[in-house]
Amino acid sequence: MPKLKSPEELEALRKSLTGKRDPEKAVITVCNGTGCHAHGCRAVTAAFEEEVKKQDLSARVDVRATGCHGFCERGPLVVIKPQDIFYQRVRVKDVPEILTETVAKGNTIERLLYTDRQSGKKITYEHDVPFYKLQKRLVFGNNGLIDPTSIDDYLAVGGYAALARALKMAPEEIIGEVKKAGLRGRGGGGFPAGNKWESTRNAQGNTKFVICNADEGDPGAYMDRSLVEGNPHSALEGMLIGAYAIGSHQGYIYIRNEYPLAVRHVRTAIQQAEEYGLLGKNILGSGFDFSIQINRGGGAFICGESTALMASLEGRVGEPRAKYIHTSEQGLWGQPTNLNNVETWANVPLIINNGAEWYRQIGTENSKGTKIFSLVGNITNTGLVEVPMGITLREIIFDIGGGIPKGRNFKAVQTGGPSGGVIPESLLDLKVDFDELDKAGSMMGSGGMIVMDDKTCMVDVAKYFVSFLEGESCGKCLPCREGLQQMREILTGITEGRGKSGDIKLLEELCDTLVDASLCALGSTAPNPVLSTLRYFRDEYETHIKDKKCPAGVCNLEAVKV
Amino acid sequence: MVKLTVNGRNITAEEGTTILYAARDNNIYIPTLCENEAVAPYGACRLCLVEISTAKGRERLVTSCIYQVEEGLDVRTDTERIRNIRRMLLELLLARCPDSDVIQDMARQAGVTRTRFKKQKGNNKCILCANCARTCEEVVGVAAISLARRGVDRELTTPFNEDFSEVCIGCGSCAYSCPTGAITLEDTNGTRRINWPHNWMEFKLKKCSVCGKYWAPEKQVEYVAATSGTPLSDYDACPDCRD
Repeated sequence: MPKLKSPEELEALRKSLTGKRDPEKAVITVCNGTGCHAHGCRAVTAAFEEEVKKQDLSARVDVRATGCHGFCERGPLVVIKPQDIFYQRVRVKDVPEILTETVAKGNTIERLLYTDRQSGKKITYEHDVPFYKLQKRLVFGNNGLIDPTSIDDYLAVGGYAALARALKMAPEEIIGEVKKAGLRGRGGGGFPAGNKWESTRNAQGNTKFVICNADEGDPGAYMDRSLVEGNPHSALEGMLIGAYAIGSHQGYIYIRNEYPLAVRHVRTAIQQAEEYGLLGKNILGSGFDFSIQINRGGGAFICGESTALMASLEGRVGEPRAKYIHTSEQGLWGQPTNLNNVETWANVPLIINNGAEWYRQIGTENSKGTKIFSLVGNITNTGLVEVPMGITLREIIFDIGGGIPKGRNFKAVQTGGPSGGVIPESLLDLKVDFDELDKAGSMMGSGGMIVMDDKTCMVDVAKYFVSFLEGESCGKCLPCREGLQQMREILTGITEGRGKSGDIKLLEELCDTLVDASLCALGSTAPNPVLSTLRYFRDEYETHIKDKKCPAGVCNLEAVKV
Repeated sequence: MVKLTVNGRNITAEEGTTILYAARDNNIYIPTLCENEAVAPYGACRLCLVEISTAKGRERLVTSCIYQVEEGLDVRTDTERIRNIRRMLLELLLARCPDSDVIQDMARQAGVTRTRFKKQKGNNKCILCANCARTCEEVVGVAAISLARRGVDRELTTPFNEDFSEVCIGCGSCAYSCPTGAITLEDTNGTRRINWPHNWMEFKLKKCSVCGKYWAPEKQVEYVAATSGTPLSDYDACPDCRD
């Protein structure tokens, strides 16, 4: 494949790719996301490939292993296109029948269809399944259509068109568009991406870097993972556009080594983009050079923090530093550096393709676009959901998520990962965006949503998250290192029947100190699980301490009685 | 020069000076444990936090050992909020290092006489400020010791947690820079012993060819000769007996 030398050559290639594909030809897409891997999708995919050969159907049907579709609860998922017939919990033994019945004769197989919990009816098409119907899958939607190891698949769905468009724009114009779109950082902070790009562009320095933060470390959050596993080119394209706008020629993807599939797919994507001339020198004849390197993280949660990540990238211990001088001025190796997370980068091509005006129409006043949440915990439909900002928690949890299983009741939802807060039932109609979640004492964070039913003890929940953060504190600053240890100590005491009357006051004082005095955001947000449970479920703490009882029946308060 | 106010007092400081040093030059006390003029600011102990209002009207808490003076900055070093933070930090330190005189004195000054937290066992005086390791790396240029592991497991140790550090020259900078006396140094009978919180090392001392006093570890003398490119024979006599 010779390198593409102009936007016209890119369009010509796209045309020839789509021209070769018969839109009426059946495509069996098998979700090969991480969740479906656990359900055995590899064997199902292999069975399809083998059976297609055996039944001599390769002229009539393609089998495509795609990225994560999101509905992890019902995996392995199989969608048959062009009709969009949706089969769930597909086993190897179902494969021959799907080919002989559905592909060859067009008959649906009842037992593999999804049953709507409310109406009890079988649903045939993917777009009619309530889990998908209420979503707005702008960033995540292509995951189900493409083979993540094929750049041609990405090009066939319009990939790199935004890059070609951006390269014809002035860098300032691109930054203006991203600012106007109101894109805010999806990694947790919610800082306006366009402003960060602008500061980095305007910063003094000849060498500038862009970084994609793929060091997702929250327990229960895997949207960035699924995005780079399922559609790695979307993040690369976003980085390319950002780098061109900022004036950077070198990018890094910092990715967790515990995400081997993601590392492999990003590596393949970079190689393919280089082969096509979409990365490297003189990209599409524009004179713009850019290359991307992968750096694998060693599994430290703190390395998701921007300054710790950069220290780690430089080969030093991943510890944060004070950010009085922003990384946009002095970041990686002291050079102006722009860091955004996977989902933020993946939003960029959408904005360039459709314009800021279009993007601004989605979301709320100050939080534009969609957000991908990972819906986990005591929820019927575990999975990844992409919804417009401003949707209510109730819609996410009950309409999309299907509510709480086993006939239990909703108690709370933890949003924003371990350093987020819990939100009680009374706030279920809260409109989910950056500012509303902050006001409720939680945060958007990376987009984890852990749903808890009435069998959950909130003191125990606070203890769990504090223990997690204690283990992940880098230990550099005193309040985070010593404070979290003592916080866990007090919480353990309360859950084991050793709670004392001053414990709640001491916890609150300690929390205030961590918020005020910690060096980085890990420490300053770490008290959120304690503060939010104290705010909404204070009575549970009091019952543990005074009556030595756990209302949810989780803690064994007799255990350590002396 | 930059003009600013600290606790209502107008002061001036050179551009690039930190708030901590500007205050110190004007005899305004800000407590700190991890600050050390010889090395780059680190910001780990958090005791030097101060409240500031910038000329643009932004209010925030900053680490005074890192934050540099700005024109029109208003700094408060002793507000109720700051005192609360310091008291809580000292309570945490009292629990970590119950036997450290330095911590006890500092706590008493801040009005903290006891800790409500669970005390750690053992006579541990190390507050993990990394002054020792930073001095060893940045000033001595050796990096014989460093902080290893994460969070509550963090500890000062030698490379690979061995009993000794091959590159340590025994200069004792770690002991001199330690704010709490967690690292000690003893010279007896021609031998120097450096005691770190978790292990110790011994070094042979060099005898002065003139007065016969032991004056420096042999390894340190060799290191100085090698890094300065001077012959080792220049160091036969101690500095007092040299011409």
